[in-house]
Amino acid sequence: MRAFEYASPGTKEQAVSLLGNNWADADVLAGGTDLLALMKDDVVKPKRLVNIKDIQELRGITVSSGRGLRIGALVTIQELADHPQVLKSFPVIAKTAGEIAGPQIRNMGTIGGNLCQRPRCWYYRAGFGLLAKDESGEPLVPAGDNRYHAILGNSGPAYFVSPSTLAPLFIALGATVRLFGPKGKREIPVEKFFVVPQTESDREHDLKPNEIVTEIVVPPLGGVKSATYEIRQKEAMDWPLAFASVALTMSGGKVTAARVVMGHVAPVPWRSTEAEAALVGKAVTEESAKAAGDAAVAGAKSLGRNGYKIQLARVAVKRAILEAAKGGVR
Amino acid sequence: MAEYKWPDADKRTLIGKRISRVDGPAKVSGRAKYSYDINPPGMLWGKMVRCPYAHAKITAIDTSAAEKMPGVKAVQIVQDVGSEISWIGASIVAVAAVDEPTAMDAARAIKVSYQQLPFMAVDTDPKLAGEFARPANSNSQGDTDKAFSEADTVVEGFYGVPMITHCCLEAHGSVMEWTDDKSVLAHLSTQAVSGSASNIARPLEIPAGNVTVKQDHVGGGFGSKFGPDDWDITAARLSKKAGKPVKMFNERDAELMVAGARPSAYARVKVAVKKDGTLLGWQSESWASGGLGGGGSPPLPYIFNIPNQKKQHTAIVNHVGPQRAWRAPSHPQGCLITMSALEDAAAALKMDPLEFVIKNLDLAGARAQVYADEFKIAADLIGWKKNWHERGDKTAGPIKRGLGLSLHTWGGGGHPSDCDLVVQPDGSIELKMATQDLGTGTRTTLMIVVADSLGLPLEAVKLSIGDSRLPASGGSGGSTTIAGVSSSARRASLDALDLVFAKAAPALDAKPEDLEAVGGMVRVKSNPSKSMTWAQACAKLGAMPITVRGKNPGPGNLGSQGVGGVQMADVSVDVETGIVRMNKMVAVQDCGLIIDLKTAESQVYGALIMGICYALYEEKVTDARMGRMLNPNMEFYKLAGIGDVGELVVHMMTGKGYDERGVIGLGEPPVVSPGAVISNAVANAIGVRVPTLPLSPDRVLAALEKKGGSNARI
Repeated sequence: MRAFEYASPGTKEQAVSLLGNNWADADVLAGGTDLLALMKDDVVKPKRLVNIKDIQELRGITVSSGRGLRIGALVTIQELADHPQVLKSFPVIAKTAGEIAGPQIRNMGTIGGNLCQRPRCWYYRAGFGLLAKDESGEPLVPAGDNRYHAILGNSGPAYFVSPSTLAPLFIALGATVRLFGPKGKREIPVEKFFVVPQTESDREHDLKPNEIVTEIVVPPLGGVKSATYEIRQKEAMDWPLAFASVALTMSGGKVTAARVVMGHVAPVPWRSTEAEAALVGKAVTEESAKAAGDAAVAGAKSLGRNGYKIQLARVAVKRAILEAAKGGVR
Repeated sequence: MAEYKWPDADKRTLIGKRISRVDGPAKVSGRAKYSYDINPPGMLWGKMVRCPYAHAKITAIDTSAAEKMPGVKAVQIVQDVGSEISWIGASIVAVAAVDEPTAMDAARAIKVSYQQLPFMAVDTDPKLAGEFARPANSNSQGDTDKAFSEADTVVEGFYGVPMITHCCLEAHGSVMEWTDDKSVLAHLSTQAVSGSASNIARPLEIPAGNVTVKQDHVGGGFGSKFGPDDWDITAARLSKKAGKPVKMFNERDAELMVAGARPSAYARVKVAVKKDGTLLGWQSESWASGGLGGGGSPPLPYIFNIPNQKKQHTAIVNHVGPQRAWRAPSHPQGCLITMSALEDAAAALKMDPLEFVIKNLDLAGARAQVYADEFKIAADLIGWKKNWHERGDKTAGPIKRGLGLSLHTWGGGGHPSDCDLVVQPDGSIELKMATQDLGTGTRTTLMIVVADSLGLPLEAVKLSIGDSRLPASGGSGGSTTIAGVSSSARRASLDALDLVFAKAAPALDAKPEDLEAVGGMVRVKSNPSKSMTWAQACAKLGAMPITVRGKNPGPGNLGSQGVGGVQMADVSVDVETGIVRMNKMVAVQDCGLIIDLKTAESQVYGALIMGICYALYEEKVTDARMGRMLNPNMEFYKLAGIGDVGELVVHMMTGKGYDERGVIGLGEPPVVSPGAVISNAVANAIGVRVPTLPLSPDRVLAALEKKGGSNARI
């Protein structure tokens, strides 16, 4: 790891003043489960680390019947999974959080970090850049080993998959993320937080180099039935190969509104309006769930080695829908 | 003179019992020191500049900037300008500095220029390898054409397994220290304490006797740590230049890239069988990679000496790092290919593979009856009769369950081993031997042998190992350790008893040969009340301790070689996702006389877990256009966790027919079968063969899609 400057501010105002106008100036340290590995591997080389763990207002979980769930950016994944009121009022969030990665990551990793973590693309992690090009500027992923890469939104220049498991669920539940920067705070839908980088100097989220995530706000579930389905190879610490989250509004046994969002299939969490349209007006059956799964991957294409992920995404969507219709996670 | 044999079953006090490893508490508490943990005063950190190209010639090296950096104490060129480098990650230049970050900064400041050369990083098809594919050997026996023309059924298949790495949790490396200008103290992470000294001395041009290799514990070797490696010699050179100890261990990525890999193996196979399951003929075209050597030729067909055979093997030379012995070299590959092909043949005949294998056991050589006995036990333990079904689980729903089986063999004869057993006049005992405990229980078994032989409790034995100045013992490879070290320790113990008995006999008014050592006493066999304590007997030795040299090989039959084992697996496969889950695995294994049943079983458990890892998860993924390993980490180089291994059942064959063969090595055999067993169980579950390991979702789904059955898509 290269030498760096370390700052540990006590307020969010101090924190953003310590961040720079460029990404190379400084990085935000919270759980560190991703950042420290990136630094050790020399993939990112921040001049300064700004530790935000001492900023108390970024902690804490509050649940209120009217305003829903507020999760501080520093809340750990395990805290979210174990929180009694989250378990009661947002069981789908607690369950999904409790299945992420492994206990070490859940105990250290934060919710803000889960949204801001960098892609796991093995070309990126080997130092070939976020858009992974060789010395001549040719992209490495399309002709390389892309078994874990994107099947949707994969016409370039980004081919990696968004690594967050919570983001697709937050999007399905209509959550917003609150950010803080030198100009004060702003709040955007989680869906708008993720963007596809077009150049090597872009990032995968709509965060300025001198902004931090402060909290996530999830509206009350109301009658929404929600579930997630993760497909990963190992029970032990592993990344999902495909992930789906579903939020259904039902009336008279039929779906009146649906949100279907997939993870680990595209450079951003991938909302499938096609799958949503396929569900609306239908009763949830094995058949309609399967049709929605098919619709979710209708636009998917293999990069060569990752065609199997189309099938996995299809199954994840189908199974999440069936699970949600059974009443969702309770 | 002693009769050199193992005690009869009714006389064994410790041998064959279930005894916890003596170094367990030190390991779980973190007190155990591995070579990686050694930090002598003033120690410098070494870092390696590595080649970024798969095949290249060095055109220039500039170390000037690094040499000027504060804190940099030495720079050592490993490969000169003009050298041809054959894999990414190869050692080029090394630096030693006062701390790790400074050493890394210095390594980054070294500029090396290369001329890139053509390379090969594909091993899945010899046709794609061009000039890098080299016919290695072909041979035949019997009349294959006739066998295939007379067969009732000919079954064809393609099978294979990619390159995998050793994944030693303690990386390769050392702390090197010059104790004077001609002597080196090497804290090496190694499987060969005795053998490494001369290999360190030679390149350093000092006498082998001037090198001391020390190691208390090692964090895995699996065949890859018979070093020293170039980085160890380089650390010694840096240490000499700097006048300080130098620590240099591979970083995790380098460890997975350059510290060895198991060769791949692929084969197109044809098997000729009669309707009743009799094996008539075998034809195979196989190929394997594994570095510049091109990989070993797997033993085909494995175990079954099918009367008519025609085989051709091609070696693919490639630039993806060196191959090294990996636990049971070539056997897992040969076993996977053979046992998959035979299971496919049984399936084609709609025969139970257990019946098929038993029917052909007369081709299985010396251990045929052992296999037959073991299969009976394994079948009971996994419920073969109840749970086996014809290929393809017909149960509704996406989860399909299946059973598979396999068998394996290995040598395991003891290596040469010397030891000194010191008996003090106060009765205290020390065994000294330059062996190493790879985590397999060598320490525990040595103490068991000496204590049982002398009629003493385990704690009475002091043991010194892991130091090359002690009597030499072989490297721990080929499952040769236990038979070697237990035999020399037993001989030394029996000789020591003779000396003690000779001194004690007059006081007991008996002949030395009438005495025995039992329960801490030396006593007359025919009249146990005539006795003295072990310490009283040893006091008769006089003022000086005695030292007895034990050797292997030596008199008497204390060990032999050749073991047989069988395994069965029960798996569930989700045919919509291609994900395989282990339900249960059963291993039934023989290894002659067992010294410690618990550590023996532990070795088999470890082998099953390692086998599940390579069956389901492990693959050295290489980008073909760069020759770069893409998963040199523990994230995408996947290994099983506890939740992934299912229920493991181990049954060791002991007692009559086994104990009298003496001690035989165990480390390797149980890791041979898991690939075949699990592949066969998956085929039985889903109704189609997944041709290559690991049995990952992409491969399982591709096989299902090719089959085109209704399971292939939801």
